[in-house]
Amino acid sequence: MKIGTPREIYDGENRVAMTPDSALQLQKLGYECLIEKGAGAAAGFSDASYEAAGVEVVKTAAALWKSADIVAKVRQPNEAELKRLTKGKTLISFFNPAGNEEGMEAAKSKGANVIAMEMVPRISRAQKMDALSSMANIAGYRAVIEAGNNFGRFFTGQVTAAGKVPPAKVLIVGAGVAGLAAIGTSTSLGAITYAFDVRPEVAEQVESMGAEFVYLDFEEDQQDGAATGGYASVQSEEFRNAQLAKFRELAPEMDIVITTALIPNREAPELWTKDMVEAMKPGSVIVDLAAEKGGNCKLTVADEKIVTDNGVTIIGYTDFPSRMAAQSSSLYATNIRHMMSDLTPEKDGQINHDMEDDVIRGATVTFEGDITFPPPPPKVQAIAAQKKPEVKELTPEEKKAQEIAAFKAQTKQQFTLLGVGGALMLLVGLIAPASFMQHFIVFVLAIFVGFQVIWGVAHSLHTPLMAITNAISSIIIVGALMQIGSGSFLVILLAALSVFMAGINIFGGFLVTRRMLAMFQKS
Amino acid sequence: MEFGFTTAAYVVAAVLFILSLGGLSNQESAKRAVWYGIVGMALAVFATLVGPGSGLWLLSLLLIAGGGLIGQYVAQRVQMTEMPQLVAAMHSLVGLAAVFVGFNAHFEIGNVAQVMAIADSAKEADLSDLGAFAKLIAKKTSAELAILHVELFLGIFIGAITFTGSVVAYGKLAGKVTSAATKLPGGHALNAAAAGLSLICLVWYTSSGGFFPLFLMTLAALFIGYHLIMGIGGADMPVVVSMLNSYSGWAAAAIGFSLGNDLLIVVGALVGSSGAILSYIMCKAMNRHFVSVILGGFGGPQGEQMAVEGEQIAIEADGVATALNDADSVIIIPGYGMAVAQAQQSVSELVRKLRAKGKNVRFAIHPVAGRLPGHMNVLLAEAKVPYDIVLEMDEINDDFPETDVAIVIGSNDIVNPAAQEDPNSPIAGMPVLECWKAKQVFVSKRGQGTGYSGIENPLFFKENTRMFYGDAKQSLDKLLPMID
Repeated sequence: MKIGTPREIYDGENRVAMTPDSALQLQKLGYECLIEKGAGAAAGFSDASYEAAGVEVVKTAAALWKSADIVAKVRQPNEAELKRLTKGKTLISFFNPAGNEEGMEAAKSKGANVIAMEMVPRISRAQKMDALSSMANIAGYRAVIEAGNNFGRFFTGQVTAAGKVPPAKVLIVGAGVAGLAAIGTSTSLGAITYAFDVRPEVAEQVESMGAEFVYLDFEEDQQDGAATGGYASVQSEEFRNAQLAKFRELAPEMDIVITTALIPNREAPELWTKDMVEAMKPGSVIVDLAAEKGGNCKLTVADEKIVTDNGVTIIGYTDFPSRMAAQSSSLYATNIRHMMSDLTPEKDGQINHDMEDDVIRGATVTFEGDITFPPPPPKVQAIAAQKKPEVKELTPEEKKAQEIAAFKAQTKQQFTLLGVGGALMLLVGLIAPASFMQHFIVFVLAIFVGFQVIWGVAHSLHTPLMAITNAISSIIIVGALMQIGSGSFLVILLAALSVFMAGINIFGGFLVTRRMLAMFQKS
Repeated sequence: MEFGFTTAAYVVAAVLFILSLGGLSNQESAKRAVWYGIVGMALAVFATLVGPGSGLWLLSLLLIAGGGLIGQYVAQRVQMTEMPQLVAAMHSLVGLAAVFVGFNAHFEIGNVAQVMAIADSAKEADLSDLGAFAKLIAKKTSAELAILHVELFLGIFIGAITFTGSVVAYGKLAGKVTSAATKLPGGHALNAAAAGLSLICLVWYTSSGGFFPLFLMTLAALFIGYHLIMGIGGADMPVVVSMLNSYSGWAAAAIGFSLGNDLLIVVGALVGSSGAILSYIMCKAMNRHFVSVILGGFGGPQGEQMAVEGEQIAIEADGVATALNDADSVIIIPGYGMAVAQAQQSVSELVRKLRAKGKNVRFAIHPVAGRLPGHMNVLLAEAKVPYDIVLEMDEINDDFPETDVAIVIGSNDIVNPAAQEDPNSPIAGMPVLECWKAKQVFVSKRGQGTGYSGIENPLFFKENTRMFYGDAKQSLDKLLPMID
């Protein structure tokens, strides 16, 4: 089959969906590659370099669309391009399916299969074709460079013969892929970097990149990023207020603010309000990566750079990846190539559009005359769900009920024991003489006292406890002493032996206990 | 007058003994508690000497002094690692003394009967040349005498079991008898037969009052003690020692009944319940039933045990030293192997060095570590490890995940993850120290063999476990100079 890439029609778009490198790889999958004349020129890839890589250069877009079975491009196709689709053709591109109802209808009516690159699910296996991430990475990097370009000072602090330069302070709002890339770039340029995100679990990632995570003094159930496929979701009003208060506090100190907060399929949330902009120092720079979706700052003008009355530059470009066309083209082309290799498991140059595959199913928006958007949720969770506490917190009523039940069981047990014990006691009392019973009472009471006392003994003192009980069990010496006054020789002998042995035990037991206890010392 | 004084002294002594046991609730008050015990004992002996036991004073004092000298000598010379043996040996003395006193009681009954037979009535009988105990017997009615027979019979029975049992336990703990569980052919049937014989003897004895059944029972009880303890393996020794402790108390209590002496009864009951509680705690710590411990051996695996995968990876002292130098928190888990190797001083030195560097070093003590309840605590105390960094299992088990290094020194079953992971393991369900949750685990061990219980330990095969082979003391001494 033939895979072709036309020149991007969109004004100012410099990227191209196929590079000579990716074409070589595609040919290994068994495809013939086509490219429209001059498609790679803006990204720095000449027609000659494509030809050298074995790509056929086609003169016109019409011819390319006609002969290619698969069309790979970057920007969302316009009406004219959609008309060129025919039954059985596959289009791989950014498609913005959520806001492009007509486009999908058009593709459907033509019977073409469309794979939207922004719909690739965020699972580990699909990372290699996640064009949003690779483009965001570039945007994040470029945002810092762009900010630096408009910022009149150094990023890094310096003490020079010509004076001391304070380091720039950079705040990155939203620590997604773009945010993290911006953090990395900013810290490596030497700025003091702060970062904020509504998902507290990214604090670790932020800190690993060398920035300081801005925590809010806010207590609410932290949202689980896993539930939304790793993307941020809408916040509660209270949370938003706490967040804005924090930003207001930071605004006067920050030299550069880069906002990257986007919520999928929604207008960008307003995070950097007008008063914050006014609070910033002249010469400060704001880069609003959310400009395309309305901007995180309402003063942002999409695709433009403006300077406010108090001298704050606000950059609202939406084409950061396109501004680094060579880099972004090669990354995007690699994403496309990975997508193709998943579509061609046999490496035979034939597309096997497997709708059972989570990744392919997720990205496909029209298939064989049907609109297949939105896709069902992927079977594999994007990131591991946060561990839920295993034991459910009991309500006070349940706790109380449990306590009452336990108490009842205990009472019942004690009553039974007392009943049985009492009956036995009565039985013994019927037979045994009174003198025995007197001793017996003492015995039972002593056991009770013993149980109460011993439970309180510290665990670490069990060895001394054994030694001391050993010593006091030599109280049997009292018995031997009572007998030693007997007239019978045998009795005297045995009693004397007992006294002797008990003597060993008493002294040995107490002394060894003392020795042990003396060793226990506090630090 | 005299007897009133004796009883009063006994009451005070009994109170002092209770206070003495109660004082062991913490380390500081324990030091005072020993004095309560000593004073109580002195008071009891003194009161007996001036009161009912006023015959042959000189001999009694001499014997006590003689015994005391030996006791003192032993107490000062004994190594702390030898505590289990010492405790067992001392139990045997109490057991034997109980047997002797019981025999005496029997002979006295005979003597009194003789004297009474010569005289016409009890009132006229001349008992002046018999002891104080004889006078007590003479006052008894026939029903009371029957009870007395049962009491002294029980006293001798328990005392005899305690005696041979403790001797065997001593032998096992001192390494003089093989610590493996061995039984004569016939197993527990022999014990049961001996117990049955004793029961017959009891009936015989109460009806005839002769010495022969008593003697026969003594032999049977001596056999039970020997055979029962022989059949219990070395790993169960903490339970055995505390059980024998309990028995020595019950023997004293039974003798107290036969002598009509409340102090003996009270103290016997205290000691008996103390030993019983200790046994219970030990059994619980091993998740085993008391009966199954006493009947000896593990109750055979119920199914296929999980095969252990992976290999044991050895490490040298320098590797351990590097990890320790980098660690912030360290937990040391000592076991019987530390006692055998006499490594407690080296461990203490290691802890001192690590603590001097500001690291958080603590000890985790499993309730059945060692061969005696609380054995490890005493050893560590001897080596001057402060007791406030020595923690119980329940106190420290949750801290392992935040710990950088766990060092296992000579313990095995108490750190065996199979207890939690393998339902077919013989120790399944036994609470264990979860040291494998630490970031890194070092196991100091003599060789690759299994421990006392012979159970394979998957801990040694875990990815974060490194085996530090060699004698614990030598290994640690090699390690010490590398800690900087």
